[in-house]
Amino acid sequence: MLLTPEDITAIWLSLKVALTATLLSLPFGFAAAWLLVFKTLRGKVVLEVLVNLPLTLPPVVIGYFLLLLLGKNGWLGKVLAETGIQLIFTWKAAVIASAVVGFPLLVRSIRLGMESIDRQLIDASRSLGASWYDSLLTIILPLSRRGIFSGASLMFARSLGEFGATIIVAGNMPGRTQTIPLAIYDYTSSPSSTTMALSLCLVSVVISVAVLLLHEMLDKQLDRSTTS
Amino acid sequence: MRIRIKAEKKMGAFSMALNTDISGDRIGIFGDSGSGKSTIANLVSGLLQPDNGEIFLDDECLFSSRQGINLAPEQRRIAIVFQQAMLFPHLSVKSNLLYGYKRCRAEHRRIKPDALIDLLKLRSLLERGVNRLSGGEKQRVALGRAVLANPRLLLMDEPLSALDDSLRFQIIPYLRSVSEEFNIPYLFISHSLIEMQLMTDQILVVNNGEILEETTPEQLARNKMAQSQHGYMNLLRLSNSFDRNSLFCYPWGKNHLLISNGTRQGVSLFELSSRDIILFKTHPEAISARNLLECTVTEMFDSEGRVGVVLSAQGEKLVAEIVRDAADELTITPGSTLFAAIKASSFRKLS
Repeated sequence: MLLTPEDITAIWLSLKVALTATLLSLPFGFAAAWLLVFKTLRGKVVLEVLVNLPLTLPPVVIGYFLLLLLGKNGWLGKVLAETGIQLIFTWKAAVIASAVVGFPLLVRSIRLGMESIDRQLIDASRSLGASWYDSLLTIILPLSRRGIFSGASLMFARSLGEFGATIIVAGNMPGRTQTIPLAIYDYTSSPSSTTMALSLCLVSVVISVAVLLLHEMLDKQLDRSTTS
Repeated sequence: MRIRIKAEKKMGAFSMALNTDISGDRIGIFGDSGSGKSTIANLVSGLLQPDNGEIFLDDECLFSSRQGINLAPEQRRIAIVFQQAMLFPHLSVKSNLLYGYKRCRAEHRRIKPDALIDLLKLRSLLERGVNRLSGGEKQRVALGRAVLANPRLLLMDEPLSALDDSLRFQIIPYLRSVSEEFNIPYLFISHSLIEMQLMTDQILVVNNGEILEETTPEQLARNKMAQSQHGYMNLLRLSNSFDRNSLFCYPWGKNHLLISNGTRQGVSLFELSSRDIILFKTHPEAISARNLLECTVTEMFDSEGRVGVVLSAQGEKLVAEIVRDAADELTITPGSTLFAAIKASSFRKLS
C-alpha cells in the first residue's frame, strides 16, 4: 500500500470533517426529529420537505447553493466576512457540506427510534412530575439512543464519502481541503496513479467496515442494556 | 376529594360533554370500551386539554378556558397507573420507583420509599431490569412508582385489564391497601363490574362521551343483574377454613359455608352468582346442595323482569335471582323466611 504525506493528511482531514459534521448535526438532528415526531406544528410538511430535501437534490446543487449563501457576496458570507470569518475553501466548508448532505439520514434514524417510543411512557413521566424537557432528557433521549447511534454512524459514513458538495464549497486543495474522495478523484485523472488510488480506496473500505462494525457492536450493547 | 368537571372535548367524530360534581375517596368511572373513560382520565390529569369548560380538584382550578388556566400535568400532582404498566424500560425497578419521588417537592414527600417497597413486596426486585418482571410484578412496580410521586390523586386507568384473572385478584388487595395505608384518594377506571364492586364506593357511569349517572357499585350490580352473563355476583371474603368431609368449611358470620375449592391459608375471595342460589319456602328434605341457609328477605328489586331477592342469613347478606313467576308463586315479600340452597361447587375462588 502506497500513501503519500498528502494522502495521510487527506485521511485525517476526512475523519475530522466527518466527525465534526456528525457531532455538530446531532443536536439539530435530534431537535428536528423531536419536532417531527412529538409536536403538532402548522408547517410540519414544510419542515419535513426541508429536512429531506438534501436526500433528493444532487450534492452538486447543494454545494452550489452553499457557495451562493456562504460566498463573499452571499447573504451569510457577507455577514461572516465582516466579522473576519471565512468559510469558503476551508475545511470548515467541507464540514458544512457534509452536515447538510448527511442531515436527512441522521434525522430519519433518530425519528425511527423516537417513533418506537410508546407515548404513554412520556405521559407517565409527565404525570410523575417531569416537565416536558425533563421528560425529553430522561425518557425520550435514552430511549432514542439506538436511533441516535444509527443515525450518527450513517451520517459519519456518508460524510466520509461526500464529494459533490465538498468540491464546490471547499475546493480540492491537497493538505488543506482535500479529503479521501477528492484525493481519489485526483489520482483517477492520471493513469500512472492507479496504485495510489487503490490504496486510498482500501483505506476507505477499512474505515467504512470499522464504522459499521462499531455500529453493530454498540447497537447490540444498547439492546442488551434496555432488555436486562 | 372533590372533582368538578364541566367541560367539552371534540376529537374527530367523537365528542365529550361532561358535567359532574362528585366527592369521595374511591370513585369509579365505569363504561364500555370507547365510551370515553380514558378521555376523562386524560382531561383530569392534564394530558389532554378540553376545548372549553372548567375542571376543579378540591378547590384548585386545574383548567378554566374562561380564566385561561391550564396547569401542566406535572403541576397537578395526579399520578397515573396505566393498563400496561408503562415502566421505563431503560431504568431498573428501583429507578422506576424513585422517578416520581425524586421530582416531588420536599414538603410533599410524606410517603417513604422503604415503607412502600415492603408493603408491595418489591425489595428483592429492586436491582432488576423491568423487562425481567412478570405481569403482576410490573403492575406492582407501576403502582409503587405512582404512589411514591406522593400524588394528591391516584388515577388508575384500567390497571388490571392486561392481567389474567388470578393475577387481577392478587393485585386488588395491593391497590386498596396502598390507598388506605397512605390515605390517597383515587379514580378507578374500568369496564369490569366486579372490579368496581371491589375497588370503589361511588361510580360515574359513562357512555358515548357523557356521564349517564352517578351511582354506587351495589346499585350498578343490581341494575346490571338481568343483562349480565352471570347475574349479580355475591362477593365473599372468607378465611380460617377447616376440613369437613373433604370440603373446606369456612365460618361466615354465624353460619358455615362448605366450599369445594377453598384453601387452608389466608383470606380468600369467592364469588357466587345470584343464579346459583335456589330458594325454598319450607325446609327441603334430602337435597344434594351442601349449603342450606335459613334466611330472611330484607329487600326485593326488579331488573328487567328478573327479581333480585336480598337475603339476610343471620346478618350476612346474599342476593338471589329468581324470575317474577317464582316470586309470585312462593309469595316472597320482604320479611319472608326462606331457605337458600347453594352447591359447594358454586363458589368460584378469585384469590
